[in-house]
Amino acid sequence: MGAKATRDSFGEAVRDLGKENPAIVVLDADLSVSTKSVTFAKSFPDRFFQMGIAEANMIGTAAGMAFSGLIPFCCSFGCFLTGKYETIRVSVGYSRANVKLVGTHAGLGIGEDGYTQMGLEDMNLMRGLPGMTVINPCDDKTTRAAVRFAVEHQGPVYLRLTRQKLPDLHASESDFKIGKGIVLKKGGKLALIGTGATVTEALQASEKLANYKPWVIDIHTIKPIDKDLLKTLAQECSQIVTVEDHNIVGGLGSAVAEVLSEVGFSGKLLRLGVQDTYGESGLPDELFEKYGFSAHQIAQKVIDWR
Amino acid sequence: MQVPGHPIISFPMASSLAPLRLSQTELESISLKCRRLILNMLEKAQSGHPGGSLSAIDLITALFFHEMRMDPKNAAWEDRDRFVLSKGHGVPALYAVLSQLGIIPESELSTLRRINSRLQGHPDRVVLPFVEASTGSLGQGLSIAQGIALALKLQKRSSRVFCLMGDGETQEGQIWETAMSAPKYKLNNLIAILDNNNGQIDGHVTEVMNLEPIADKWRSFNWVVHTINGHSFAEIISALEKARGEKDRPTLILAKTVKGKGVSFMEDKISWHGVAPNAEELQRALEELKGEKS
Repeated sequence: MGAKATRDSFGEAVRDLGKENPAIVVLDADLSVSTKSVTFAKSFPDRFFQMGIAEANMIGTAAGMAFSGLIPFCCSFGCFLTGKYETIRVSVGYSRANVKLVGTHAGLGIGEDGYTQMGLEDMNLMRGLPGMTVINPCDDKTTRAAVRFAVEHQGPVYLRLTRQKLPDLHASESDFKIGKGIVLKKGGKLALIGTGATVTEALQASEKLANYKPWVIDIHTIKPIDKDLLKTLAQECSQIVTVEDHNIVGGLGSAVAEVLSEVGFSGKLLRLGVQDTYGESGLPDELFEKYGFSAHQIAQKVIDWR
Repeated sequence: MQVPGHPIISFPMASSLAPLRLSQTELESISLKCRRLILNMLEKAQSGHPGGSLSAIDLITALFFHEMRMDPKNAAWEDRDRFVLSKGHGVPALYAVLSQLGIIPESELSTLRRINSRLQGHPDRVVLPFVEASTGSLGQGLSIAQGIALALKLQKRSSRVFCLMGDGETQEGQIWETAMSAPKYKLNNLIAILDNNNGQIDGHVTEVMNLEPIADKWRSFNWVVHTINGHSFAEIISALEKARGEKDRPTLILAKTVKGKGVSFMEDKISWHGVAPNAEELQRALEELKGEKS
């Protein structure tokens, strides 16, 4: 099995879809080499718009393009993009603009650049906007499927991608269905739920927790979240663990907690991720370990918790 | 169309693919009626922004009744010219103009700001045709207008985009991001109009956060700038004509205007930025505008 950064998968997918669909345009704010929108720019220079280091203007411009029938992909680091929240709130959200926001460099996984470059609150912010679809894919195939969904879907989408390579976990693009979690392992009373980069951590942790026969779930669509699957887990399990490379406030853990409360889950929920604090520089593996959601830490915390 | 107290103005209503090009006299008559409609709807709503609606009404009237190519019967016509009201709080002026184009029934104006109305306190593109952008959070409209202009170029359409900004609004940084990017993309199909009434909620713009020299700033960003009296239809039309001829640069029309224009006790009074007239004040205003409650 190979490994690939989901930002690379995005660059290739949007270029490939750009061949089929002339309405696709891409905007970037001086990070095209990092977000990989450069892959599209090389193939379609007339449909690529370099907006300079001015994200709010890029987002508003994309909204205007969408009103005129284009399908704009608006790319930057997740933190810089969602940091222009008021522009997204009004020009994209309230305006029902068919804009695809692509936020790369999700989470602690970017490593050495440190907190200011890390998307750690982006899912929380985007989840708060009515009509916004929020997708955080975990590997190459599901990222490509998510980009295809974004093109076909009429409405705003936030696509959250990683800088670091992630191992292939899904064999086919058809494994991805919007709003439907993917069961990687069916289990017993314990469930591990990951999203994006943490799906592979949860999967590795499940090996260490083999005695407990944990479910392993990939929740790639944070909004709308898979209520049916969560309801099933609520009925089958007594302990549910969420793992995210994001603040535990407002992201996967919160979204799962909301549903579990609604369906009357009687067990316990453990939310792993960045514990309502800021990030820092370091190697990705070191950071995942320090902040408590490496495979090793997941397994240890689950054992301590039980 | 019957304009109370004024001669009947007739213009093509069906599929008017060419700009209406109404005369100055006709424009003056329409904007006078629109001023009355604005004050009536604000009095009825008992909230809203008279000052900036009255400073902008002549500009919006000239755009819709003289300059823009549009079909009032077909909001989806892709070759229409677009109008983006970036200063969303001035929307009563736009609603008044849309009513005179037959796009909104005049009777609907009394629903302004009421629950379940299409006439939101600030414009909502989802519910009302010919509202090209949902605005009211200042500083965003020019970016949207730029995006429409870029798309029109990519689609090889000859349509143009007109964007009306408030002067206080241009204190927002996002405006200057677009000021930078529109000349890069040679958007001669983008015409921004600055309603320079020198008023904002907390005082005169020159005191709250001075923007002068405004024309120099936009010229230095590589825009073509025309400074005009924003209440003179001759000057508005002349500036719009010049903008038509631009080959590779966006135009900024710097319109010197008076907040509350047309109502003596509102003119240049900051206190009338966001306060509706009461019944007595409405009557005094309408007398000055030689109208009756419509």
